[in-house]
Amino acid sequence: MLIKKPSDIPSSEITPKSTYLDRRRFMTGLGVAGAALLAGPRLLELAEPVPVLAATKLPGLKTTIRTDEKQTPYKDITSYNNFYEYGVNKDDPAREAWRLKPSPWTVSVEGYVKKPRKYAVEDIMKMASLEERIYRHRCVEGWSMVIPWVGYSLSEFIKQVEPASKAKYVEFVTLNDPGQMPGVRSAVLDWPYVEGLRMDEAMHPLALLCFGLYGETLPNQNGAPIRVVLPWKYGFKSCKSIVKIRFVDYEPRTAWNKAAPHEYGFYSNVNPNVDHPRWSQKTERRIDGSGFFASIKKRDTQMFNGYSEVAGLYSGMDLRKYY
Amino acid sequence: MRRITILKTVLFLASLGPLVRLLWRGVHGTLGANPIEFITRSTGEWILVFLMATLAITPLRKLTGVSELVRFRRMLGLFAFFYGCLHLTTYVWLDQNFNFAGMVPDVYKRPFITAGFTGFVLMLPLALTSTRGWIARLGGKRWQALHRLIYLSALAGVIHFVWLVKRVTIRPQTYAAIFAMLMLSRLLLWLVPLLRARVAGPPSTASATAD
Repeated sequence: MLIKKPSDIPSSEITPKSTYLDRRRFMTGLGVAGAALLAGPRLLELAEPVPVLAATKLPGLKTTIRTDEKQTPYKDITSYNNFYEYGVNKDDPAREAWRLKPSPWTVSVEGYVKKPRKYAVEDIMKMASLEERIYRHRCVEGWSMVIPWVGYSLSEFIKQVEPASKAKYVEFVTLNDPGQMPGVRSAVLDWPYVEGLRMDEAMHPLALLCFGLYGETLPNQNGAPIRVVLPWKYGFKSCKSIVKIRFVDYEPRTAWNKAAPHEYGFYSNVNPNVDHPRWSQKTERRIDGSGFFASIKKRDTQMFNGYSEVAGLYSGMDLRKYY
Repeated sequence: MRRITILKTVLFLASLGPLVRLLWRGVHGTLGANPIEFITRSTGEWILVFLMATLAITPLRKLTGVSELVRFRRMLGLFAFFYGCLHLTTYVWLDQNFNFAGMVPDVYKRPFITAGFTGFVLMLPLALTSTRGWIARLGGKRWQALHRLIYLSALAGVIHFVWLVKRVTIRPQTYAAIFAMLMLSRLLLWLVPLLRARVAGPPSTASATAD
């Protein structure tokens, strides 16, 4: 009997990943449709998320910023997402994100900048050395995670594209393609998703240009292949799957601010003293895999999510007015 | 007779399904990353399903002429109340951890919680007076009038869902549409015979005066 070593198998015999994910998806779809016919409206929840596309390892990472708090399991970070481009339910992104093609990917740099052009994401990744940063992540909905992100300071990138002095704000734009992101077919938000930062916020060393988590490239549902992470702001300020970065002289009109200005301000700093109109922001529920009964106890939310080093950016500002 | 008993048993067991499913998933640890949110959402949505099913009985009965349908109404209504109790318990215990100092301001400061709480409170007298004894004590007419509170309770429930979500999406819209249809069907069922009577009216009144 001939036992083949992996290297003996011609690549033509290996099922491409996209094909087997398609198959899996088809079978899941059949099962779900059958179950949904049999009973009830919540049955769609039964669909377990399709496994994420195997990510590429990012070796040799140094952890530069850490917290001792318990890290959120990879499974929870990748199966519980707000990413309305894939759908409004938390499990939609994990189920739908297989449609995204994160490679090839280019980011268009525009506006008041000395080097406006399209950059391949691989080239952006090489602009500075990647590091691991374990950040707290606080969602405006009152839950939080601890996530080991991979990337480098956004300021490193900004310095290399050389913004002109007229650039006062940075605007980030998410991909808007109904073929890859079925959620954008419904008008829940004014697509594409736009977020923005004041230039000094963008230049703060904590602002991370992010390419991975848990030592691997980003899963699609977490914003592959390139996103920003702003640990002192609510999660929705962090633009995912970025296709455009513009340097502008006006405050960008951001997606959530346009949708509900009294609920989502431009700054959206984590602030236990300013409630969301529909829920208090004083406490948060940590998602860290500690189990059901542990998650009943909420923890107090800290100003700027505990990253007090950013306070200087807002000195003299009334954070109730500029929420 | 026996058929109704069997159907009632089946309906009872099926109505326990959502609870069994939550317990099953809880035991197997498949309630997702945020189990408490999952339980809150699930029990909340089942209240709406049972309220809508309860409200559908009367129009269905009138449209199909199957008068036995009314024998399932009380059970459906009580299951709405049952899931209401679970939903409230989830909020008070699992979500707020009995922190009444935090909950009391929540109920009056946050319109969606006010609406949800109102919906629950309105279900209380209906559940309490759901027995035969109470129908007899109140008398059919007064009992029926009291039980029209279900319209307000369901309305409050739908508003609770619409106000809770960050953006009004397909799910809350669906319940709002079903509720609107059920109320509209009542209006039509009440209005159509009235209009018919008016059209057919003059000759019958003429004959009445002739007698």
